[in-house]
Amino acid sequence: MRRFSPYLLALAFLLIAILLSVAIGSVFIPPADLGRILIGWLNRATFSEPLKTFAFILTDIRLPRTALVLLTGAALGGSGAAYQGLFRNPLADPYLIGVASGAGLGAVLAMSVKWPYSFWGLMAVPVAAFIGSLLTVFLVYALAHVGKTIPTTNLILAGVAFGSFATALTTYLMLRSTGELHRAITWLNGGSSQAGWGPVLTVLPYLAIGLGNLLLSGHALNLLQYGDEQAQQMGLPVTRARTLILMAASLATAAAVSFSGIIGFIGLIVPHVMRLWFGADYRRLLPLSLIGGAGALLLADVIARSVMAPQELPVGIVTALVGVPFFLWVLRRAKNQGYW
Amino acid sequence: MLYIENLSVSYGTRRVLTDVSLEVNSGEVVALIGPNGAGKSTLVRAISGVIPVESGRIHSNVFSRSSVNLLSLSPMQRARSLAVVPQSASMPPAFTVWETVLMGRTPYLNFLGQVSAKDEAIARLALQKVDALDLSERRVGELSGGEQQRVLLARALAQSTPILLLDEPTSNLDLHYQVSFMETVSALAHRDNLAVLVALHDLNLAARYADRVALLVDGEIKATGTPRQVLTPELISTAYHLPVQVILHPFADVPLVIPGNTASCKKL
Repeated sequence: MRRFSPYLLALAFLLIAILLSVAIGSVFIPPADLGRILIGWLNRATFSEPLKTFAFILTDIRLPRTALVLLTGAALGGSGAAYQGLFRNPLADPYLIGVASGAGLGAVLAMSVKWPYSFWGLMAVPVAAFIGSLLTVFLVYALAHVGKTIPTTNLILAGVAFGSFATALTTYLMLRSTGELHRAITWLNGGSSQAGWGPVLTVLPYLAIGLGNLLLSGHALNLLQYGDEQAQQMGLPVTRARTLILMAASLATAAAVSFSGIIGFIGLIVPHVMRLWFGADYRRLLPLSLIGGAGALLLADVIARSVMAPQELPVGIVTALVGVPFFLWVLRRAKNQGYW
Repeated sequence: MLYIENLSVSYGTRRVLTDVSLEVNSGEVVALIGPNGAGKSTLVRAISGVIPVESGRIHSNVFSRSSVNLLSLSPMQRARSLAVVPQSASMPPAFTVWETVLMGRTPYLNFLGQVSAKDEAIARLALQKVDALDLSERRVGELSGGEQQRVLLARALAQSTPILLLDEPTSNLDLHYQVSFMETVSALAHRDNLAVLVALHDLNLAARYADRVALLVDGEIKATGTPRQVLTPELISTAYHLPVQVILHPFADVPLVIPGNTASCKKL
């Protein structure tokens, strides 16, 4: 895999995933027609049938959904890589350490307040999810740490335990509420079925800040792999760097969760696959996990839409059913490489 | 030159270092010896600024005529004045040797860690100095303990600091690597005019490669001086609770410490 530029490979993968996501659905749009519509848009032409219908499906349904899934996948992949580096633990991901569940709890709490369905009403949900995810990080850290280190077992136990607690509370809140129940259930099943560009535009500033900061943190994460003490001896202001990365990853997770529900495994698997194929340098690993996460979630979403069409599977089921065997296969092939 | 004045360090309520004063001149190797738990590692960590100091001063005049308080520097500034070779440390195994040594350039890089041609030249030179240039492309996890320790030394050298601290760097090495590692350290100190403080378990390595020796027992400096002055039967047997004999090394003009056994200690 090292013969090709990692970025080219990842971007090619993402492009294929985008094309599939745009083309496939209850109505199949042939690639040739996609091209014609694109050229038509550039020339500001008016379309005749069937292109007119296709163009409508694209702008109002396929493209916003593709954009939201892409952003969600990027957030999960990127924050997963950051959590793994931050906790120096190959099992850390937004799902397993409870951050995603905490964000979900925050999001549902915000939804149970009857905000008007407006731009600012939408904005409140990611903020609440962000607070939920940060509180979870600090709680799990406080429960799991021994001195300055966080033993794997403690981290997973605390994360899974709090995650279950938060999920249970989320379910309870959803069952109790009446008015916004529909919205919450849609959300839990992968809120990307929410139509239109509103969610995409709402989530964008959070992700820009969160993922932007993560993309700048590659070198700091590299240094943190030596442990806090050595990192500081090499000149890293450890506390500041840790806090920044933690906030950025939690912001990205929260933004993703608040519009797309809780989707496991992307944040765990994508960074590992990228690490196996392209090495452990976080300056490369972070952007690759972002791109890879976006592509992987898009593919999972395509499968979720088409397997039982017209019914949709929750995308989290697909990420687990397809992602886990694939991951185990990759892991098996890479045995004894000591890649972590 | 590195000056440590009246340094005291506590872990919680337990006093680990009491009133430690020590100086390390540029161009000399000072070996820090003493039994387990005497506070050798604590002293190295305190000087490197990773644990809080209760009282005392650590300063250096290597940059300017006036001395600089090392404890008041930011991590980045401090990492330009002193580098640490940790105790056979856990290094992330997936990085290559080249990537690892370049990390030593951190105090001179921006937050993104972009390296210049100059940084690469310095890293290459550091690898040459420890005779590990041919390992560049290897992953750290594939290396032997002796090779890993050399890479750690190269990483510290890449920091281009006038002061070098080493925390029991030879404790996991075999005989050959112990000797060659200390030979390298001693040559670097003398040739590049580095102030080197090295915590050592092995008294005979200290005798052979240190210009001066400091004996640390129960958090206090009991003696400092040349190996001959410090490695005496009286000082060593009291410090280690073990009778020892000190003879002249058969082919190096240094003392050689030969331990007795604990049974005869009880008789004393």
